[in-house]
Amino acid sequence: MVANNSTKSFSVTLRVWRQAGPDQPGKFVDYTATNLSPNMSFLEMLDVVNDDLTLKGEEPIAFAHDCREGICGTCSCTINGKPHGPGKGVATCQVYMRSFREGDVIVVEPFRAKAFPLVKDLITDRAAFDRIQQAGGYISVRTGAAPDANSIPVPKNDADLAMDAATCIGCGACVAACKNASAMLFVAAKVSHLGLMPQGQPERDKRVLAMVQTMDEAGFGNCTNQYECSAVCPKLISHDFIARMNRDYVAALFRAKFKPVSNSSGGGA
Amino acid sequence: MATLTSKVPSGPLAQKWEKHKTEIKLVNPANKRKYEVIVVGAGLAGSSSAATLAELGYKVKSFVFHDSPRRAHSIAAQGGINAAKNYQNDGDSVYRLYYDTLKGGDYRSREANVHRLAEVSVNIIDQCAAQGVPFAREYGGLLANRSFGGAQVSRTFYARGQTGQQLLLGAYSALSRMIAQGGVEMHTNSEMLDLVVIDGHAKGIIVRDLITGKITRHTADAVVLATGGYGNVFNLSTYARGSNATAIWRAYKRGACLANPCYTQIHPTCIPVSGEYQSKLTLMSESLRNDGRIWVPKKKEDARKDPNTISEADRDYYLERIYPSFGNLCPRDVASRAAMRMCNEGRGVGETGLGVYLDFADAIKRLGEPAVRERYGNLFDIYHEITAESAYKTPMRIFPAVHYTMGGLWVDYNLMSNLPGLFVLGEANFSDHGANRLGASALMQGLADGYFVLPYTIGDYLAGQKAGSRPSTDRAEFKEAEENVRTMTQRFLASKGREPVSHFHKRLGKIMWEHCGMARTRESLQEALKQIPALKEEFQANVKVPGSGDTLNQSLEQAGRVADFIELGELLCRDALTREESCGGHFREEYQYPDGECKRDDENFGHVAAWEYQGEDREPLRNIEPLNYEFAKMSVRSYK
Repeated sequence: MVANNSTKSFSVTLRVWRQAGPDQPGKFVDYTATNLSPNMSFLEMLDVVNDDLTLKGEEPIAFAHDCREGICGTCSCTINGKPHGPGKGVATCQVYMRSFREGDVIVVEPFRAKAFPLVKDLITDRAAFDRIQQAGGYISVRTGAAPDANSIPVPKNDADLAMDAATCIGCGACVAACKNASAMLFVAAKVSHLGLMPQGQPERDKRVLAMVQTMDEAGFGNCTNQYECSAVCPKLISHDFIARMNRDYVAALFRAKFKPVSNSSGGGA
Repeated sequence: MATLTSKVPSGPLAQKWEKHKTEIKLVNPANKRKYEVIVVGAGLAGSSSAATLAELGYKVKSFVFHDSPRRAHSIAAQGGINAAKNYQNDGDSVYRLYYDTLKGGDYRSREANVHRLAEVSVNIIDQCAAQGVPFAREYGGLLANRSFGGAQVSRTFYARGQTGQQLLLGAYSALSRMIAQGGVEMHTNSEMLDLVVIDGHAKGIIVRDLITGKITRHTADAVVLATGGYGNVFNLSTYARGSNATAIWRAYKRGACLANPCYTQIHPTCIPVSGEYQSKLTLMSESLRNDGRIWVPKKKEDARKDPNTISEADRDYYLERIYPSFGNLCPRDVASRAAMRMCNEGRGVGETGLGVYLDFADAIKRLGEPAVRERYGNLFDIYHEITAESAYKTPMRIFPAVHYTMGGLWVDYNLMSNLPGLFVLGEANFSDHGANRLGASALMQGLADGYFVLPYTIGDYLAGQKAGSRPSTDRAEFKEAEENVRTMTQRFLASKGREPVSHFHKRLGKIMWEHCGMARTRESLQEALKQIPALKEEFQANVKVPGSGDTLNQSLEQAGRVADFIELGELLCRDALTREESCGGHFREEYQYPDGECKRDDENFGHVAAWEYQGEDREPLRNIEPLNYEFAKMSVRSYK
């Protein structure tokens, strides 16, 4: 069956957050977007609006985007109050205008959170995620030092679960959706991906402690188990990983207190 | 005239790299920290090289225009990465991977580079597995493989349909570790806008901070460009919107030769264009061709019918018919042109007639829907989001789209350009894929260059540079380059034109696709070479760039990139015009066999064409590096 793709054009009103810079006041501004095709992506619609603004001599709306296929995690609009808009399991760039109707008022905002300072209009600074990764989101293996790949068997289920966590695109929708602006889903996905694999075991405790600490320092809030995060996640990453990270964290804290430490522990390069 | 010495080591093919590694110069561990290396780009090649150089002890400065290195477009690669592991026991070997890649490239790549690529492919899988890349596994816990085009073995490793993402996150994790340790100084939101050449050596770059607009100078002992391909010269492509050629183009204008720009890859399985507003084309991974069958109706009058009502007898599974031994898994250039021929015959499907079916009905019958869902579920989901159709129920409609560029800056065996000190990795260079790249080989090459080639070969150059001798940014060359960038920026902002940047990019894309796309002729290329300079003039006079230069200004960023695409597009057409043969992704209608296959001319064109900039209004110089095949024989490629 061929889907009923109506090609009838329509118009909507956009209510867009405009803010020239982090220290400037921001406000909502209304724009009319006309002659829209239902097969247009939401970002293509913004492209058209921006070209119109340019022609009128106004400054276009700044918005973050790149791959436009839902994998780079750059795009980050809160559409009608929901990070990444009306779809389920998609990023902003995968929202199509067929989700909207003639005459709709569409409210477009940046991903708001204390730890994501605003840069301009719909763009925020998500460098805090990079800092969390730098704190421990890796397995220390120097290039060239790896054993044969098949010398480390990984049970299929563990590999599949690790992959479920690893699909995180680092967009920050989980933070924007959370009333506490918590980054727990993001950090849990990272911690769980590596923690589920045998390769990740040597640094498992150190990793979870360091990443959680950096997360807290960056100003993200705590988790109060409402799960807005997984509901808006473009990769539908499960909040079960948060529980898993909490267990990992408590165990690591406990072990850090009681595990004997060698007196000559500085020897490893 | 540039000197192009390939520096391919002598000796038997399989021993060249080993021998070379023992012969090139080394920098001792205590001296490494005295050298600074700039790495531009943070995709697979950029991140892996920056991390590895820092692990070795070099001081690395990494620049990326994205807000995070994890966002580079390597992340979007879906299907997989090739490696000659022979874990399937199906007869694979380093030699076979080398041979398939060379043949797939239609005998236009450098033999020794390709063999090295095949050799280090096995190390890449080891490295990535150790980093925790969650590759697909079998129930016994060992690594799984799938098949890709142009090969008769299963050598492709994958992580669902997100292999590029997982490999990039692996490289990004290594990079993050080195940033934390202070080995890499990371500059995000930073776009390279010029290369600084001092006494003939690449010694620095000029960078614009995309948030503040601040323009800065950066000096180094060597500069590495890993900035990807130039496919967005076609406007519509599977590239990210931000993917651009500015770094390599500005390096070209500073004297680095650009090789074989006409070798562009058109990927056969993308979602067809739906309208004028379109900003991007989405790829459906080649891995789908493992189980999907490609067909068009036998009769033109069936082209608009519901495909499920067309009987088996009325379907033409044309790839299986024309290429029985490779079938749906023939190489990309071959599959793309076959699709184009079907559409030209009037048998194309969908509203525009520019589409063919990729059908999973047989696979679902054979394997069951859950198995198909497990293998390709995320791709079927993407297809559904874009088209609102379910590929479980009705065949996908696909059409070829620009996907990759095999051409790029010329490099020698050490990955150094003709400008000493300038190294070029990954898609940005030209050497390994010849005139056509096989599927799952881009990830392999990016990581091979970054993890296992450059870290060895850069030492050979740096050992010849006195430690601590990198020039001061007060030098006249830095000042001149910075002025050059400022002038360009100001010219855009001062332009009183009436059209947005996107208008010109779309028009360039149309010229390129129509006259220099899947099939090219002398006349079409001559026409393009008339239209592009006119477009360039119009762009300069009539582009409108709102806002200012000292803040985030996406129109300004785009203006610079499109200006470069217009010039590069012209060179691409010039290269296509002068290469009077068909090979791989470069198909000239005048040069074909009666069955429509590429007709190469090894005698006259068995070489690399490396273009050298001669100044604004002068024709570029076409330098030649002969391809001396010592081991393989250039032969007619057949997948029948």
